[in-house]
Amino acid sequence: METSPVATEDRPRCSPAPPPAPHSDAHAALRDSAGVGLAFLPLGLAYGALVTQSGLEWWWAGLSAALVFGGSFEFLLIGMVAASAPLASIAVSALLVNVRHVFYTLSFPLHRVGGRLGKTYSTYALCDEAYALTTGERASAWSSRRILWLQFFLHLYWAASATVGALLGSFIPDRVTGLDFALTALFTVLALDAVRDLRGHLATPVLAVLSALFARLLFPGQMLPAAFALFTAALLGRRLATSRTPRHA
Amino acid sequence: MPDTRYAIAAVLVSAAVTWALRALPFAALTPLRESGTARYLSAHMPAGVMVILVVYCLHDLPVTEARATAPLVALAVTVGLHLWRRTALLSILGGTATHVILASTVFAH
Repeated sequence: METSPVATEDRPRCSPAPPPAPHSDAHAALRDSAGVGLAFLPLGLAYGALVTQSGLEWWWAGLSAALVFGGSFEFLLIGMVAASAPLASIAVSALLVNVRHVFYTLSFPLHRVGGRLGKTYSTYALCDEAYALTTGERASAWSSRRILWLQFFLHLYWAASATVGALLGSFIPDRVTGLDFALTALFTVLALDAVRDLRGHLATPVLAVLSALFARLLFPGQMLPAAFALFTAALLGRRLATSRTPRHA
Repeated sequence: MPDTRYAIAAVLVSAAVTWALRALPFAALTPLRESGTARYLSAHMPAGVMVILVVYCLHDLPVTEARATAPLVALAVTVGLHLWRRTALLSILGGTATHVILASTVFAH
């Protein structure tokens, strides 16, 4: 494995062209994806193990991880498929759990991803973690290729670890439980980083917690979409209220 | 075991719905991007969205039972490690390992 060409840009540009940009974009994306991506491993292993424990074939874990690529819904999908739920109710559940992605389109930097194919893949692989990483402050200068490579690496980690988890699932003793906490830990880390980017706008996370708790109390069956709708409404309300007073950003 | 064709169809249906939700709104919402309100939302949504997902993960926590201790301790470990070292991998592995150990031993049911 080559080392990262850190000094490439400082080198004088002589006739044999320097290593093409894709190479360093892939390297950078590999590093960007490392923290969150490696957290996919315990989660993907848990997912794959759960698939086989639920009586589904091992390849189904890899197939669903690669094609759906939405971790939280996939965990629900296992139970529904194992219970042979009607396809229509699977579609409705996918809609309700994943409707949060509609909100991601407001801030995901798709305008920085080039080409029809690139944009197509970028929307296909727009998971929570890709959204969190690409909307962070660090990501504001990332190139199209760097974003796409990042999404590809996340996609790869998830599909591969789910497949491996399904193949190894039978070796995990039944007494070992609780690997699914990796999802909670992952969102916790992403939340802490995103809150830090807000630089003291603590009203935003407080509004988010309140929206989630209200949604839990009022719409326990559809907590997630209700919480996102309440939160968006609360942000819009706050924006209306503060845009009338002088702002100091 | 469910029928293979059904299991594949379930994946395809889920993938189609998920992709539609990820791709179609761009066409409708892109014109709004230039507005100040959209910029405000895009600055504040990522943090709120992730906070909501954390609460969602914990929403069926049996707060009145002893076994709720495992996720709460693991959450504290995750937050503590992350505030201390700011290394995503360390925080996630530390929190998950704490949870697996507690849930598999002390709070095993």
